[in-house]
Amino acid sequence: MLQDILVTGLVNGGVYALLAIGFSLIFGVARIVNIAHTAFYMLAAYCFYTLLTKGGVGFALAGITAVVAVTLLSLVCYKLVIEPVREHESAVLISTIALGLIFQELMLAAYGGNFLGVPSAIEGVVQVLGVSIPYQRLLILIVAALMLVATWFFLHRTRLGLAVRATANDLEVANLMGMNVHRVAMATVAISVALAAVAGVVVSPVFVVDPFMWLAPLVTMLAIVVLGGLGSLKGSVIGALIIGYVEAITVFALPAGAYLKGAVALLIMVIVLLVRPEGLFGVAFEEER
Amino acid sequence: MHRVILGVILLLAAPLALAQTIKIAILGPMSFVQGEHHWNGAEMARDEINKAGGVSVGGKRRQIELVRADTNEIQSVPDATNAIERVITRDKVDFLIGGFRSEAVLAMQEVAMDNKKLFLGVGAAHSKLGLNVEQNYDRYKYWFRVSPTKDVDLARTLFAVLNSIGQQIRTDLKTETPKVAILAEKAVWTEGLVAAAQKNLPAMKMEVVGLWQPSAVATDVTAELSAIDRAGAQIVFTMLSGPVGISVGRQMGERGMKAVAWGINVEGQKEEFWQAAAGKAQFVSTLDTYSEVEYTPKTIPFVRAYQARFRKAPTYTAATYDAIMLLKDAIEKVGSTDADLIVAYIEKVEHVGTGSVATFDKRHDLVWAVGKTSGIAVQWQDGKKVPFWPPNVKGMQPFKMPAR
Repeated sequence: MLQDILVTGLVNGGVYALLAIGFSLIFGVARIVNIAHTAFYMLAAYCFYTLLTKGGVGFALAGITAVVAVTLLSLVCYKLVIEPVREHESAVLISTIALGLIFQELMLAAYGGNFLGVPSAIEGVVQVLGVSIPYQRLLILIVAALMLVATWFFLHRTRLGLAVRATANDLEVANLMGMNVHRVAMATVAISVALAAVAGVVVSPVFVVDPFMWLAPLVTMLAIVVLGGLGSLKGSVIGALIIGYVEAITVFALPAGAYLKGAVALLIMVIVLLVRPEGLFGVAFEEER
Repeated sequence: MHRVILGVILLLAAPLALAQTIKIAILGPMSFVQGEHHWNGAEMARDEINKAGGVSVGGKRRQIELVRADTNEIQSVPDATNAIERVITRDKVDFLIGGFRSEAVLAMQEVAMDNKKLFLGVGAAHSKLGLNVEQNYDRYKYWFRVSPTKDVDLARTLFAVLNSIGQQIRTDLKTETPKVAILAEKAVWTEGLVAAAQKNLPAMKMEVVGLWQPSAVATDVTAELSAIDRAGAQIVFTMLSGPVGISVGRQMGERGMKAVAWGINVEGQKEEFWQAAAGKAQFVSTLDTYSEVEYTPKTIPFVRAYQARFRKAPTYTAATYDAIMLLKDAIEKVGSTDADLIVAYIEKVEHVGTGSVATFDKRHDLVWAVGKTSGIAVQWQDGKKVPFWPPNVKGMQPFKMPAR
């Protein structure tokens, strides 16, 4: 059973990590409460599905097109919905909830409430410690690692990344220092949505695509980012692994309570926050900055 | 002048013309497959009846008029009660047919009974719906369950088929006691079934290796399936109504599991299931209603006509067709649209439909009988739903096991 927990927890944690990286960037680093973040993930999954199964486009082209299209859409949404209310966090929160619901209803109208399946990019399974793991899940782990490295590089090795961190730290000072804070925020939204879109493309083959698929990850992502510590990419990845392992342990230790795995994971988050309100790596990030 | 007279006549005749129709509300979640099939089945019945001249009510012919009521009940129970209120008060419908989610149908049942409207249920299985009739007949007598059978009777079918699969496993795998994993979503409707399974399976000489209860909306069951694999299960006894049914089918296939899935998998009943599971749900089996088998003399013609018209096979909510035909028969026999007279007639009738040969008990539930109301069992084989039970029905094919 131990090997099942080790392998299953790691693989599921990888799925969460891929979803959490983009959310961590927008919510944790840039402090833009974009609730529609996972709705873009849902849109990318639909776009990928449509191009792949209806358009007859190959995996790579369908994936790239989906990511680019959804990223461009996010820029339009930023200009129309987020930028006008950018300085009021609660207004951004409400506007982006509305945006997410609009996307959901549009997909419901266009595709119905049917659950759609996306074929795997790589077929087959590999045995690790006697546990079967589909190659697609390994691909998710690899993509999550690549995205993590790329995001870290962007934040810490580029001028735009520096600007993102600076505006997140103090919007007014950054503005006084000559930074175009609106453009920085727009770039942050675009990059984080691109990460969400990549997650939608890579993860959709292991889940089902439906208009409500954005809601469950939203809660989990919030939990992971808060658990890991706002602003810490490292914290988000570790938070994702913790959630993945807690869920696996719940299922293996308490089979009849498998439905509780989400609740147990959130309980762990609450306990961690009670002991350490800034999250696991929140302070470390503050010091780094 | 003639034009004025003609206009007045038309104006006066308009309400009379409207009165010639029998208005039936079709209640269902129209953005979802269940509602789509509710509507499709009803349209087929309406067109067939109207083409033949309509319904004879005391010697006068009246056309069927359908009112499409989107209950959105999968997402919201209040939306469902609003929808049924609307069709009763604004659209002034004569009869109500449909419903899918038990919680919503229980709420809609109350509204229908408040208004003394005949409500023919097509979709919900919860026993409480029929129990209400037994406990307070005068209030709830306007309710009948046309499809499916109530949850307790679904269990009887499930165990009958499970016994048959168990025998095949005993023979094929040369084992006396097949190992069964119970995989039931956590929901009210599965509670009785899970308890019954835990009690009955040992008596059926089957070993229960564990109970796993994921959420109905879980999209990832790899941990559960890994544990089931580890427990050495040969049968995965499923009770799934939500999208988790797709995840189970797909991920069992991806993992190359040797266990075979049997039970209720509502998603597995849909034509879209194979695609949704990315073609991985080989040998997943489920209880179902329609297939090209001679379940009743009307089944094959109906399934073929449905496929020809809608380019897909019907699911069990398409039994709105049977409900309308039953209603037509009742109205013509009693010569009236009076709900009390129709109730008294339906209580005594045996109606040969497309999905069942229906007679009703004192709860206004279908009387369960193999080959009459039990439904059928189907298995996904190479992208097609293949019927395999009950064996006495003409057209059944062999149940297959994964290669070992």
